[in-house]
This record gives sequence, C-alpha cells and structure tokens, in this order.
Amino acid sequence: MSVAGINVLVDETRARTEAAKAPLLSVRGVSAYYGSIRALKGVDIDVNEGEIVALIGANGAGKSTLMMTIFGQPQAREGTITFAGQDITKLPTHEIARLNLAQSPEGRRIFSRMTVRENLQMGAAVNGGKHFAEDLERMCTLFPRLRERIDQRGGTMSGGEQQMLAIARALMSRPRLLMLDEPSLGLAPLVVKQIFSTVRELNRTEGLTVFIVEQNAYHALKLAHRGYVMVTGAVTMSGTGQALLDDPQVKAAYLEGGQH
Amino acid sequence: MVQGSTIGRATPTVAARATSALPEMIKDAALFALVTLGLSIPVVAYRTDLGQGTGLGLTGRWGLVAGLCAAVFVLRLAQRLVLGEVSRRRDARTLAQAESTAPARLARPGRIIGPLTLGVALTLPLLAALGSGGLSEGRYWIDLGILILTYVMLGWGLNIVVGLAGLLDLGYVAFYAVGAYSYALLSTVFGLSFWVCLPLAGLFAAGFGVLLGFPVLRLRGDYLAIVTLAFGEIIRLVLINWVDFSGGSAGLSSIPRASFFGIPFTAGEGGFASVFGLAFNPMHRVVFLYYLILVLALVTNLVTLRMRRLPLGRAWEALREDEIACRSLGIDTTITKLSAFALGAMFAGFAGSFFAVRQGFVSPESFNFLESAIILAIVVLGGMGSQLGVAVAAIAMVGAPELLRNLGFLKAVFGEGFDPNEYRLLLFGLAMVAMMVWRPRGLISERTPSVRLGARAR
Repeated sequence: MSVAGINVLVDETRARTEAAKAPLLSVRGVSAYYGSIRALKGVDIDVNEGEIVALIGANGAGKSTLMMTIFGQPQAREGTITFAGQDITKLPTHEIARLNLAQSPEGRRIFSRMTVRENLQMGAAVNGGKHFAEDLERMCTLFPRLRERIDQRGGTMSGGEQQMLAIARALMSRPRLLMLDEPSLGLAPLVVKQIFSTVRELNRTEGLTVFIVEQNAYHALKLAHRGYVMVTGAVTMSGTGQALLDDPQVKAAYLEGGQH
Repeated sequence: MVQGSTIGRATPTVAARATSALPEMIKDAALFALVTLGLSIPVVAYRTDLGQGTGLGLTGRWGLVAGLCAAVFVLRLAQRLVLGEVSRRRDARTLAQAESTAPARLARPGRIIGPLTLGVALTLPLLAALGSGGLSEGRYWIDLGILILTYVMLGWGLNIVVGLAGLLDLGYVAFYAVGAYSYALLSTVFGLSFWVCLPLAGLFAAGFGVLLGFPVLRLRGDYLAIVTLAFGEIIRLVLINWVDFSGGSAGLSSIPRASFFGIPFTAGEGGFASVFGLAFNPMHRVVFLYYLILVLALVTNLVTLRMRRLPLGRAWEALREDEIACRSLGIDTTITKLSAFALGAMFAGFAGSFFAVRQGFVSPESFNFLESAIILAIVVLGGMGSQLGVAVAAIAMVGAPELLRNLGFLKAVFGEGFDPNEYRLLLFGLAMVAMMVWRPRGLISERTPSVRLGARAR
C-alpha cells in the first residue's frame, strides 16, 4: 500500500471516529467482586474507535480484573459496559467474544498441544472460518515467525512467539476492538518493541482500535494515544499518552528505572 | 581439573567401566542373592501341610529356595551387564548426535502399525480358521477378537471424552450398561429387533451423557472424576435394586440373539445357512458378531477422526488445552462439554447393546467399576487422544491376560498349585508401573495435527 493510500485510510478513520461520537467501548461505574472483596470500585473508561488506549498500574491494581470483567468473567455487579452501542454487562463470555471484540488474555493461554495453524483456526471459529486462508496469510505477513512455525506445536515455541500467536489468534476473528492483557509479560525488551510496533502498525494502517493493559508503563504510554492509571481498583488519572509520561507523579510511581 | 571435562575423555572411562567392573558386579549380584535367601527363609522355605494326624506338618522346600537365589543372582548379573551396555551405547549415541547437528527424525509409528492392525482385524476369522485348521477350532481366537474389539470401541468412545475434551470420566461403564439394558429391555418387552434397538440404545446412552454432563459443567479434574465415579455406581446400584425394572442382581436373560438382518442363525428351514445354501455351522453367528463389532468400532473411529477436523472437534481439543481461552474465543463451553459427553456415551451405548446381543444375558455384575478402570487405563496407556494408541493398548490390556492361560508350563517351576490366572491383576499393575516409568505419556504420545500443509519444502 502506498503512502498516499495509507493517508487516505487514516483520514477516513479519523472521519469515522468523529462521525460516531459515542465511544466504541464504554465502561461506566463498574464494580466487580471476588467473593466479598471489591476488586473494581466504580471504574469509568472510554475507548474511541481508531484509538490505542493504555491502562497502567501496579500489581494487583485491578487492571486484569477490568479486562476480564469487560469479557464477563467475573460479571460486573454494578455499572454498565457498552460495546458498539450494545449493553454487554450481563452477556456470557463466549457471546461477548462473538461481537467483534477479541482478547489476547493474560499469560497468553495458547493451546500448547495444538499447532500454530490450529491455534489460528480456533481464533477464526467465531466467524466460522470464512476468510481463514486470507487471514492466515495476513497473520503470517504480520508475524513472519509464525509462518516459519506454522506446523509446530504452540507449546514448543518461545515466549515471544507465543505472544505473537496469542495476538494473531485474537486478530483472526477480524475484531473492531483488540484487547491485550500484559503482552510484554516475561518477554525480552527487543521482542516487546517488535510486538508493540506491530500493534502500532495495525492501528495506523487498518484503524484497529486497541485497549492495552500493561505494567510496562513506559512502552504502553509511548504506544497509546490516551492512557488511564489505575490504583487499587479505581482510575486515578487519565490523559494523553505523552501527558501521562510527563506527569511527575506517574514518573515517580511507574517509570523510574523502567525506561529501556 | 576435577573430572574428565572433555567429552573425548569421558568415553573411554565409560567403556572401561563396563568391562573392568565384572568382579564388582558379581559381588553385587551375590549380595542380591543373599538378600533373597534371607527373605525366602520365612516365606518360601517351609510350607505348612495338613499332616497325617490332626496338626500341621512342615515341608521343607530348600530346593526351591536355592533355585530362587540362583535365579536372582543370574538376573541381577544379566541386568548389570545389559544396563552397562545400554548406557555405554547411549553415551556413544549422544556423542554422535553432538557431532552431527542434524536431528534424527522419528518415523511415525502409525504408518506401519495402523494398516497392519486393520489388515489383521479384517481377516481375523480367516486367519483363525487357517491357523487352527477349521472354523470351529478357531472359535477361541474369534471370541478373543470380539472381546478386544469391544474394548477398542469403548476405548475410542471414552477417548472422545477423556482424550479429546480432557474431561476425566470414571463412570463410563454406566453408559455401556444403559446401552446393554436398553437392548435387553426393548427386545424382551417390546420385541424390537436389534437394528431398531441399536440407534435407540445409542440415543438413550447419549441422553444419560447429557444428564451427567449438566451437573458437572463447572467441575474439572479430581472433582469431575469423583462425580463421574459416583454416577457410574448410581447406575449400577439402581440396576441391582430396582428389581421390577431390571431384574435386580439376577439380571435379564433370554435376550434375543443376533440375526443376519432378520434371518436367524438357526439350523432349520429359513435359517442363515439354508438361505445362503451353506452347511449349517454355529460359527456363522460368531463370525457375524465379529464383523458387527468390527464395523461398529470402525464407525466410532471414523466419526472421531472426522469430528477432529470439524469445528466442534477442534473446540473439544481446545477445551482440553485451556477452557478460559476457549471462552474468550467465542466457544460455548457448555455445548462443547455436553456434546463430548453425549457422543462418547452414545458409542458406549452402541457397544452395550452389542454386548447384550452377544451374551444373551445382562446383569449389573458386568458393569462394575473395574470395567470403567480398564477402559480408562486403555485410553491413558494408549496416549490420550491417539486413536491407534487406544487400539494397541486395548489389544495389550485385554489380549495379554488371555496369554496367561497358556502359561501352564510355569507349573513345572512353581509347583502344581500355581495358577497363572491368579496373578492377572498383579501383572496388570506391574505393566502400569512400567508404562508410567518408561512411557509416561502413553504408548503413542505424539498428537497428530488435524490440519497440515500437503507438502512443505522445509
């Protein structure tokens, strides 16, 4: 695709974003509980079409819980979650997954005894594998390592390759919103950089909306258009990625020593 | 320098160890023999017999003790020699592999064993007749074939639940019982034919599969195993205690025998032999039963192989790998689990009604926990999810104990009272332990991908 073509696409995306004023994903006053423990305390988050939004925070702040609550497990006890105008608060997980909302879960969770190709097939299960060959080719272009390992069992690959597979598997359903839970977990800095630049590329060329949960605050905020900071189950700060990066509080709490 | 740090130096020491340590080995073997002697004095050396009078008399068996000690000595020596040789060869092989970087590619076992097993299965009645010099003389082998194939089919059915979907089911025999009683009751009470009852039995069993599936949807692993175990026992206890319905522990007898699509296997006019212009032979029915179970088992296999390529089958395998990932990919785990239970149970139902038509008699005795355990052992030993592995394991688990019957010559060694059959479960256990040590993931642990490119250059 030529540079001009990309620009046209970006313009279109922007136009679409401005036309549809309502955010693609909106989380309003959501609380979730593990037994009697209140893990989320009235969280508000918006993800607009065409945006990359990062959610950062320390261990146990409730980032992954929010991600899982959006996916209906655990279900939010208070508040509403809306995706593309539809209330998904009380939907079971597998029905949420059928709404063009894909997730690369924490810890990757690839099917380790199945081959890369079979893993990707599972990702395409939502739309019945209609464009499987086409999408498979697209994923192999996006992550050339997967092409090399296409008939290898998922569990025998390195952590970085497994993460690529997890993202590719999520993308196989042609989602409008891709949710990434800790994609940098346990990976070498070089691999993290590679994965993040692929995500940025996807957002730029295809207008893919991304919601990313990360502990690696520096990389996540660098990538994101906007960011939220979460502390003990509540959002305490929000702003553009750059603004949060420059914020002295964020710097002190999440960025010291984390820049590499 | 602490040890021979270069590989080149390590090899000669290994080789030297194997030969120079012979006196040490003999000493070691002698020690083993001594321990055997110590152990056998209280256990083997004296036997209590009823004496001429009233009391017990002691009979010395020192010859046997000496024989045991000698046997242990020789075995231990042989073991040391063989093990030394094996480890030397392994070292040599690792060296060779380190030198040539190309990894040795394992030949897929299925390529030879699979067609061979199928070929033998298809021609077994012929082979048995030729080998024993007549159809009637080969009956033992055909009966054994029927028995093995029944377990192959049950193994393949359970493989759907345990091997593919990863749901540990310890009560599988319950569905086998449902199938058997379905045929027994439908044929004796309503006079329905086998071919009508077969699908009905499968349907009933599948219904029971769903019935079991619902309460255990949220359970996994140990908890699931306990509930399924209880389910199997409940079905058996109901069959024992509901006498009006199932005949209680006396069971149901005089179940109609199999007919050749309506033509009975009888000697008189209108029987199978006279319709086809053959001389009457009771073996016709046995051979027919053999091919019936063979077809049923092959259908089970084909359905499973086909399912693995369909979205539902892949969802089963994905469910075994990771339930949470499954759900986040839009797979309805409820439907997936229930379908695995239902399909697995259906094949057990088919096998059950075959069992009933073959035996002509069913009782709760045939469906105890040991049966479930054997079927599960077949699946686990075969390598979870491997169709060929299950078949091989079924042959080994069901066929091997039969071989014990032919070990009468051991009486010469262990005395007249020795009955090899009594050691069946002991050997069974030994085989299990050996398997878990040497092939912990089953006979055929390699999972075949359900899709792969036709030809890949690399």
